[in-house]
Amino acid sequence: MKQVVLSWQGLIALLCVVGAMVMLPVFGAGATQPPSAGTVILIALLAIVAALISFAPLSTSLVAPALFVGAHGAAWLLLGTLSGNEGFAGASFFLLLAACWLLAWRCVTELSELKPTTPSSQWLLRLLIPAIFGAWILIIWETITRGAGIPFVLLPPPSAIGARIIGSLPILGEDIRQTIFKAVLIGYTIGCVSGFVVAILADRFAFLRRGLLPIGNLVSALPMIGVAPIMVMWFGFDWPSKAAVVIIMTFFPMLVNTVAGLAASGNMERDLMRTYASNYWQTLVKLRLPAAMPFIFNALKINSTLALIGAIVAEFFGTPIVGMGFRISTEIGRMNVDMVWAEIAVAALAGSIFYGVVALAERAVTFWHPSIRGG
Amino acid sequence: MKPDTLKDKIVPVLTILLVLVAIWYVAAVFLNAPFQRDMDTRNNVTSTTTEFIGRTLSQPKPILPAPHQVAQNVFENTFLRKLSSNRSLVYHAGVTLSSTALGFALGTLLGIVIAVGIIHIKALDRSLMPWIIASQTVPILAIAPMVIVVLGSINITGLLPKALISTYLSFFPVTVGMVKGLRSPEVMHLDLMRTYNATAAQTFWKLRVPASIPFLFTSMKVAIAASLVGAIVGELPTGAVAGIGSKLLAGSYYSQTIDIWAALVAGSVLAALLVAIVGLVAKIVDRAMGGRPA
Repeated sequence: MKQVVLSWQGLIALLCVVGAMVMLPVFGAGATQPPSAGTVILIALLAIVAALISFAPLSTSLVAPALFVGAHGAAWLLLGTLSGNEGFAGASFFLLLAACWLLAWRCVTELSELKPTTPSSQWLLRLLIPAIFGAWILIIWETITRGAGIPFVLLPPPSAIGARIIGSLPILGEDIRQTIFKAVLIGYTIGCVSGFVVAILADRFAFLRRGLLPIGNLVSALPMIGVAPIMVMWFGFDWPSKAAVVIIMTFFPMLVNTVAGLAASGNMERDLMRTYASNYWQTLVKLRLPAAMPFIFNALKINSTLALIGAIVAEFFGTPIVGMGFRISTEIGRMNVDMVWAEIAVAALAGSIFYGVVALAERAVTFWHPSIRGG
Repeated sequence: MKPDTLKDKIVPVLTILLVLVAIWYVAAVFLNAPFQRDMDTRNNVTSTTTEFIGRTLSQPKPILPAPHQVAQNVFENTFLRKLSSNRSLVYHAGVTLSSTALGFALGTLLGIVIAVGIIHIKALDRSLMPWIIASQTVPILAIAPMVIVVLGSINITGLLPKALISTYLSFFPVTVGMVKGLRSPEVMHLDLMRTYNATAAQTFWKLRVPASIPFLFTSMKVAIAASLVGAIVGELPTGAVAGIGSKLLAGSYYSQTIDIWAALVAGSVLAALLVAIVGLVAKIVDRAMGGRPA
């Protein structure tokens, strides 16, 4: 058995802590509420112990939790020392932060080595690792913006954005209703359905397919977002013009993907259908559409993000006084950057949920596909 | 040219195009008719149907410009103007092209670096990959104006902010494609490399990289189209002085529909050209690597 495990993250973390101890105090002169010596020692101790544990030849299931507690406990205490001392963080503070981050990295490395046996723990691990990564983006964002005193207008700390989201739920709700429930969902539905119908027509009539596909391929590479001003002129300022932009943007990916999907079923299966004396529509519904589902869902996924983008950008070209795009463009003018970031966070969340719902539906519908079945 | 190409490709495409143009003309007449009728009654003009249709197709600010109006505008602003002129579409396309190209180059580089990191460092694969996918659900295009204003307030202006939007949009397809490509060598080939006692670096350069090239170029085609969209949207805020996006915005302010359509055509031609160039480079690289035409 090995005596010591090589852990370069642990090594550098130790060096960082030593460096931090040399460069004390944590906050520069002028800080109103400098943390007590006890707190600083506790942070350093936590980091040192965690770093030492990462060298120990113990099993991963012991090291990983210890690292997790050490790194995040120290980071939590470090965040706590910030209040009242914004903008005065010195080199020592950031060295301690770096040590915590390196330990968290080591923790993730250890976790990735784990090979859980039960499905539920596998699932938990697959969620936990990205969650730690995401949490650290927020922690670093928060500490740097507040610690180094970055102007609020440039980049507000995540805590302020969170507070703003909670504080302005009614406005955000109105914007979501206008942009997502009216423009995005209606446009997405019409765009995808019409793309699908035209694809079926193109499949039925070879001439149409040969003529339409090259054009469709070309158009889906074009900057369709440019039609936004035209649609605003045609359909007015309210949500129909945004829905129209979404329809145009989602139509071609659906068309191209569905046609490709309808060609996906194998010749042997088609021959089999012919020996059953099934007609065109029977073959379509019972063989070719199910076989095309992975392609169709691919288009649905692409479109779910395209639709949101299209609707919000279209709102820059004129809109009633509600909607996510409107809010972003006006609040940035009034320097309410936290509101803009709140809107961004909500949009990202909505986009992720939309994508997730489509992905879940895909799992349910194409359960037979190798990529879902897992080989 | 084989006779099949003519019958199976060119005739159908041309037919559909002709049908589309015909629909466009009909739509232009119908959409512009109400306004023209108003104008005519106000000016006490009575005309035959043919004259009336002719006038709907030659309005200065139509709801839907006729194809020939757009074509004329594009032609004038492309070939008949000096390159330095503010009305020249070539000038505006050039401005957009520069930020597209810079953003695309940065995005491709970033995408490749991330992909290499992901296939070599397991922790990165597990922790970063889900966030890269999640990052694309952030509607960056929608918040592009804010990014640009914020960067502008710390004195980063000009080409770079727009290019950064393009970078954000273009790195994703490259990363995904490149990860797939670098993982595409078969186990048998990897085993062969192992029997040769190849180092990780040798396996990477001599097996993984060549295997990933087709994937890389496919993703680059997607990425360059995305870059262009990013560059255009990046031009929308800050009053936009130059570029295709600024033409769209200016046309939208002054209801110059023909200008909007002309800018749209310019953007489309640019997109088609860029994708074609990437396709051409892909073909050349493929041939240089010993690929044979299928």
